Amino acid sequence: MPSFTLLGQSLLSGIFLGALYGLLGLGLSLSWGMLRQINLAHFALAFLGAYLTYQLSSVAGWDPIATLALIVPCFFAFGALTHWFLARFSITPFNSLLVTFGLTVIIESLIQWIWTADHRRLESAYGAIRYKIGAMYVPFPELLTLVLAATLSILVWAGLRYTDLGKAMRAAAEDAPIAAAFGVNERMLSLLLSGLAAAFAGVAGLCLALSFTLAPSQIYTWVGVVFAAVMIGGLGNPIGPLIAGIVIGVSESLTMALTAPTWAPLVSFSLLIIVLLARAEKI
Amino acid sequence: MMNSKRRALTVAGALLALGVAVPAVAATSGPPIRIGSTLALTGPLSGTAIIHKLTGEIYVELLNKKNGLLGRPVEWVLKDDQSKPDVARTLYEQLITVDKVDLVIGPYATPNIISAMGVAQRYNKVLVHHTMGIPSLAKYEMQFPAWSVGPNPEMTVPNTVFDALATTSKAPKTLAIVTSKFPSVYLMSKGAQEVAKKRGVKEVLFLEWEFGNKDYGPIANRVKDAKPDFVWVGAIGLEGNELLDAMKKIDYKPPLHFYMYPAPGPLAKLPEANGALAASIFEQHPPFTNNPVAAEFVKIYNERAAKAGLVDNSVETQAAASFSTWQVLEAGITATKGLNDKAISQWLKKNQVNTIQGRLRFDKTNNYGDDLMRVKQVQNGRWVTVWPKEWMAPGAKLMTP
Repeated sequence: MPSFTLLGQSLLSGIFLGALYGLLGLGLSLSWGMLRQINLAHFALAFLGAYLTYQLSSVAGWDPIATLALIVPCFFAFGALTHWFLARFSITPFNSLLVTFGLTVIIESLIQWIWTADHRRLESAYGAIRYKIGAMYVPFPELLTLVLAATLSILVWAGLRYTDLGKAMRAAAEDAPIAAAFGVNERMLSLLLSGLAAAFAGVAGLCLALSFTLAPSQIYTWVGVVFAAVMIGGLGNPIGPLIAGIVIGVSESLTMALTAPTWAPLVSFSLLIIVLLARAEKI
Repeated sequence: MMNSKRRALTVAGALLALGVAVPAVAATSGPPIRIGSTLALTGPLSGTAIIHKLTGEIYVELLNKKNGLLGRPVEWVLKDDQSKPDVARTLYEQLITVDKVDLVIGPYATPNIISAMGVAQRYNKVLVHHTMGIPSLAKYEMQFPAWSVGPNPEMTVPNTVFDALATTSKAPKTLAIVTSKFPSVYLMSKGAQEVAKKRGVKEVLFLEWEFGNKDYGPIANRVKDAKPDFVWVGAIGLEGNELLDAMKKIDYKPPLHFYMYPAPGPLAKLPEANGALAASIFEQHPPFTNNPVAAEFVKIYNERAAKAGLVDNSVETQAAASFSTWQVLEAGITATKGLNDKAISQWLKKNQVNTIQGRLRFDKTNNYGDDLMRVKQVQNGRWVTVWPKEWMAPGAKLMTP
């Protein structure tokens, strides 16, 4: 019989991992659902963000969290530029998958060229901070990931729902020509949205750098499960990937705590298949 | 003045021991001997394959500085198999049929070696390889393992580890085995399970995960919950670091812990890994470095690895196995005075080769010889050999909590 501590700690572990799935899925969901671009390069960008955090912190001595001040605006500009390129050549959603896969390979090669294929680990004071609640431990980097994921998801959701800018974005995503007829500048809003999505990848990069050892090839290990979180959560829905991510993370963690860890990867994809079968028309 | 003279003599001695003749007599002529291989220069195995690349480059450079092979210069035709066995297979075909290399050597790691072995068998090429982790799959009669782990490492290596632990006052009574399902790692972990049972060590936990697992939190929780005396971690690459990180987050430190095939540099640098055990065929300290060939290689490798920006610049199992591969091939060519695959193969089967990891022989099952694996431990941020006694680092002893 597993102990209460084992179950509780595994539950926490699943929530934190799920928050990272949600954070990685946030930008992907927005670009897929609202811009009709399946941006595989989002994962590569997140890792580039993680490596930049590592570099700025380990070599230049920046506080890891402070690196966001540089990374977020740079990634915003990169995201907008990428969207401009994709829009300029009228790339279809399916072709965007291919183009951004190519971009992923380029970014991976760039990372490997600069930092080599060797593993990199960011050693920061944050890594040693953990809070004890009863018999359970809450590590600061994971808690930060949860806070960032929840804050950004809620802000984006509220922004899209309650602000004029957000409503215009939703209108443009729904029917661009009609939205344009009402004075919505669809091009500018698309650039803004893709910039935001890339900036979120930069934020996810910070969380990756604080919690994981980095290697360029690890870009691909996140693709499957984050795609599952995005699809289960609903395309273009800012809160959906976070909730779905936490459901997947908790399911995986509890599976690992109660049965063999090898069963854990089956959970996310089984959930995906069930959701696809149950609500295919809504995805 | 005296110092520089002594240094010069030492270097000259080392060079002579390496067979690196002084430039006046170091003349190669004729077309180069072309030796082909692939390495995982990109992809998930590239972090380790870079070690084999650096080692091969150093060896070929040293060879060409003396008389090359058979008086001819040596050219290493190296291709990138992208860490994929299917690509390795295609490229070995290409090396033999299109590039028409004279000889081939093995790629990195086990799945790619098995692919290359199939091609070598089809064309009757001798294949000396670096780090094949599953000896039972090496069926080709002209393949030769330069990583001397013996024909049954899944039994002999865990036995060596338990022998080492038995010498301490904290010999484990209970054991948790947590392991990746990466084939060569899994084989060893299952072996450890069997060896522990035979030795009367009680297994309190056995967990396995898929290679590429991201979340080690629940595994760490379960190990903590099981309260073992000894944790056997079947972890390739960074999996061991990830598990230790997860353990640190729940304020747990395993009392005794062993890692099968960790990324040695990153693990040694992790503060939580102090006291961690692993297996090794070579570490860069005496008595290994009493061999002048090894000492010279260590010196050059340290410089090149630093220049290449590797996190860990030291020579250990991977680099030593790689260096030994070239030593075995060179010995075969030199002894047979030719490039005939069959002749080299026959010579290797009947003879032993001195390498930096020890004396290798290929006369047991599947051309494996002795298990030369030793036990090493992280002590103050660096690996030191702690078992068996004759290979212990000077002043080192197996630390227990």
